[in-house]
Amino acid sequence: MQTSDYWQLIAFFVLVLAPAPWLGRYLYRAMEGERTLLSPLLGPLERGCYRLCGLEPGAAQDWKAYAASLLVFSLASLLLLFAILLLQGVLPLNPQKLAGLEWSLALNTAISFVSNTNWQAYSGESTLSYFSQMLGLGVQNFVSPAVGLAVLTVFCRGIARRSTREIGNFWVDLTRATLYGMLPLCLLLALLLVWQGVPQTFQPYVDALTLQGQPQGIPLGPAASQIAIKQLGTNGGGFFGVNSAHPFENPTAWSNLFEVVSILLIPAALLFTFGHYVRDLRQSRALLASMLIVFVIGLGLTLYAEYQPNPLLAGLPIEQACSLEGKESRFGITASSLWAVTTTAASNGSVNAMHDSFSALGSLMPLFNMMLGEVIFGGVGAGLYGMLLFVLIAVFLAGLMIGRTPEYLGKKLEAREVRLLVATLLVMPVGALVFGALAASLPGPLASVSNPGPHGFSQILYAYTSASANNGSAFAGFGANTIYHNLMLGLAMLLGRFGYLLPVLAIAGSLAQKKRAPLGSDSFPTHGPLFVTLLTLTILLVGGLTFLPALALGPLAEHLSLLGQ
Amino acid sequence: MNPENSMLTHIRPAVTLLALLTLITGVAYPLAVTAVAQLAFPEQANGSLIRDAVGKVRGSRLLAQPFDGAEWFQPRPSAGAFATVASAASNLSASNPALRQRIAADAARLHGEAPGAVPMALVTTSGSGLDPHLPPDAVRFQIPRVAAARGVAAADLERLLERHIERPLVGPEVVNVLALNRALDDNR
Repeated sequence: MQTSDYWQLIAFFVLVLAPAPWLGRYLYRAMEGERTLLSPLLGPLERGCYRLCGLEPGAAQDWKAYAASLLVFSLASLLLLFAILLLQGVLPLNPQKLAGLEWSLALNTAISFVSNTNWQAYSGESTLSYFSQMLGLGVQNFVSPAVGLAVLTVFCRGIARRSTREIGNFWVDLTRATLYGMLPLCLLLALLLVWQGVPQTFQPYVDALTLQGQPQGIPLGPAASQIAIKQLGTNGGGFFGVNSAHPFENPTAWSNLFEVVSILLIPAALLFTFGHYVRDLRQSRALLASMLIVFVIGLGLTLYAEYQPNPLLAGLPIEQACSLEGKESRFGITASSLWAVTTTAASNGSVNAMHDSFSALGSLMPLFNMMLGEVIFGGVGAGLYGMLLFVLIAVFLAGLMIGRTPEYLGKKLEAREVRLLVATLLVMPVGALVFGALAASLPGPLASVSNPGPHGFSQILYAYTSASANNGSAFAGFGANTIYHNLMLGLAMLLGRFGYLLPVLAIAGSLAQKKRAPLGSDSFPTHGPLFVTLLTLTILLVGGLTFLPALALGPLAEHLSLLGQ
Repeated sequence: MNPENSMLTHIRPAVTLLALLTLITGVAYPLAVTAVAQLAFPEQANGSLIRDAVGKVRGSRLLAQPFDGAEWFQPRPSAGAFATVASAASNLSASNPALRQRIAADAARLHGEAPGAVPMALVTTSGSGLDPHLPPDAVRFQIPRVAAARGVAAADLERLLERHIERPLVGPEVVNVLALNRALDDNR
């Protein structure tokens, strides 16, 4: 590693962690309707939305009404996006005259963006019109993380409030999360990206003549505005097919730094939002510590693996250095590895290098991050509510060990909550392993694999893990655009989204109804090093161990077979 | 409240709010960004295009172009043959024998152009297939060939290269191959 690599890593951690306490407090105040810096600007817009929807912002819902609103909104979003993608050929803002999408691809893409997955079975520049990008995908890029943030605030209120059925109002939470949470940061990031060279125009593609006189079409579009929310909303769906590896999506080392920081910016801040809800910032720091431990170990392992020369290339008259296959020169090994770990820790799924061409061990950590359910920072809202589920499991295990009724921040965990917790633990194994095994054992779906040996199995495993975890990154050689995979991956994405959302809302509703027991001297503290260790081990063992056999068949087998050469 | 009524209480705000948020985030937001971007950074916002003396667009500073002939510096190999619509990567796994075959063939062609091992960047395809940059070493490796083909001194090319190295604080040193090749042409 060179000096610039160290500067980059330092800048990354500082830019993610330094604003987090401040941004977390801002998000808390915004979500609770308190006055913030931006209230004078956004307040009138917010109140206008409520008036046109016929809403009383004070009217609270119980968890069932909240869940019903969320489901109806998601269904409306799904139908609208599906229709836009099917009909894009007759809609405006289509200078390249691109036709509507085939139905299974349109359905897969609609589910993908509504569920905050942003799995891409298509190439944006040759498939989607500006209209579809902006009014279709772009809008879901905003509202799908806003839904995640809304559900997180419900979970926080469930823990913080006592003896009530009221956990908030979905429409109010959604509006505030979109306007206060997403929009201001996106405006800032979009302009930073244009400055670095990302296009932002409604002009059609330009026909150029290369220096040697060959025709070259230059794809353009309103890319910067889309990429800003793609990163900040942990969406990950690229404007162009090769995502953030494309020089127009990510032109420089600086744009790369801004984008990779943006992935974790809001998820890191939300830890502090949670701390403000429960009026105990020590809890935030404990969760942050646990996340950082897993993140830094994963980053170290990936950097180590990617800096090794590929044994397959031994003996050739080339530099025996780390492989640059699928990586961009302006990013090199460090930025590519950092991005791979970050994008899978969060449920972002954008890539700045092709994970399919990573070393076997280098692709292990991204895969493992997703298998954990993306709780290491994780998606906007979704990451932290996933983490809080693990916290409750850790508290439950601790309760079993010391023989007391488990309680978290004064809330007792009882049979109902634990049953729901266990249900969420099944989501990732069912989506990744059951669906993955099904695809691997059917001849048709198996034909989508593009690499031989254990890596071929990894491609299937990666696809179904990514979809179930609502990540969206891919081993992109995998030919995902078939009717089978479009539908099954779509199903995995729905399972991964609502298999978490609904139990989380139910748990929150149940916790909110409980009294808050005073914290006694004999209750198990959830902010010290002991709890951080317990939590980290719970994540790795309860979340990760299920997947060890599958990892052994994929990346580990590939690694060992290469070492043997 | 009966179930039908309660469904309606969800549908009206769902449809209205989706429409409003579409207007705000899908129309107003990209338009606002476009307006500011076109005023503040018109060059970048329109694709960082490069034009020749008569104003014809000859490419974008950010997108690699294919170069045939010994007298040009070659960019990274492209899995998508430098296609821009749509861009593509090889997605060959690190264990795929096809990767070794391809690299062996390219290395055999390049080996001997200059002393030493062939730089990794010259035999591996990039993520986008449009990587406009090379690490300085991968340019330096090509200097003997380009100098011989153009009949210029290698030291002159070395100086030209030195002027084109970009050194961002937070990323590796790179050279924009398209810019370098344009400078070659201007020098002629």
